[in-house]
Amino acid sequence: MIISDIVEILKADVICGHEYLNREVKNVVASDLMSDVLTINSDQLLLLTGLSNIQTIRTAEMSDIQCVVLVRNKKASPEIIDLAEENGIVLIECEHSTYKSCGLLFQEGLKSIY
Amino acid sequence: MKKLFFEYSVEAGNFTKAGDASSNFKKVLKQLNVDPQVIKRIVVALYEGEVNIVAHSVGGNIFCNIDPKSVNLILKDDGPGIPDINKAMQVGFSTASAKVREMGFGAGMGLVNMKNNVDFLKIESEMGKGTKVELTVNL
Repeated sequence: MIISDIVEILKADVICGHEYLNREVKNVVASDLMSDVLTINSDQLLLLTGLSNIQTIRTAEMSDIQCVVLVRNKKASPEIIDLAEENGIVLIECEHSTYKSCGLLFQEGLKSIY
Repeated sequence: MKKLFFEYSVEAGNFTKAGDASSNFKKVLKQLNVDPQVIKRIVVALYEGEVNIVAHSVGGNIFCNIDPKSVNLILKDDGPGIPDINKAMQVGFSTASAKVREMGFGAGMGLVNMKNNVDFLKIESEMGKGTKVELTVNL
C-alpha cells in the first residue's frame, strides 16, 4: 500500500510531504510512547500517534519512519511541520480515534509489526 | 574512512532542542555512507542518551569519535548523578517528571534500549558530580 491509499482510507489531510505520497508502507505501529517506537526495527513503517510534538518527529527521524499520522484530530504546530519537511517525513492529520484508524488500515491489509 | 571527532552541547530541560545533536550526527553518518541499519542503531542509542541528558541532568556534552572500525560516543553530564545504576537499568524503572512523560518518554526503557542497540555500553555515575555513558557500535 502507498501513502496516498492511507490518506484515502483515513479520509485524512496531508500537511506536508505531498511529493512522497507514492512511498510504500508495509507495517504500522500505533503508540503515544516514543520510547516504545524507538525499540522497533522495521522498514517501511507508518507511525499512528496522538502525540503531537517535536519529539514525535525526532523519533520518526531516528527510526527511519517516513510517514506519521496524527490521529484524534491532533494538529501539528508550525515547528513540527518545519521539522517534518526538513527530514522528508510525510505528516498526515486525521479525525479518527487510534482504534478506528488501526481498524480501517488493518481491514485494508496493513499489518502490525508483531 | 579517516578519524573524525564531533562535539555537541546539550541543554537541560529544553525539549524543543532535544534530538538536535542526534539529528546532526545522523547526517554526518549518512554522508560517510555508513550502512543505514548501523546508522539507525547508533542514532537511536544516541537520541535516547541525549533525551536523558535533557530530561534528567543539569546539562552536558556529547563527544562522538568515528574511526574506520567503530563509532564511539561519550555522553557526559554535570549532575546530579544516578543513585543506583542497576535499578536505572531495570525495564520500567523511571524517575521522569510529568513533563518528560508528556513528551512521550520516561517509561523506563531508555537505557535498556541503548544497551540493545550497541556493542559496548558503560555507565559511570557519581552523585553530585554527574554521569558518563560510553557506548560503541562496530562498523
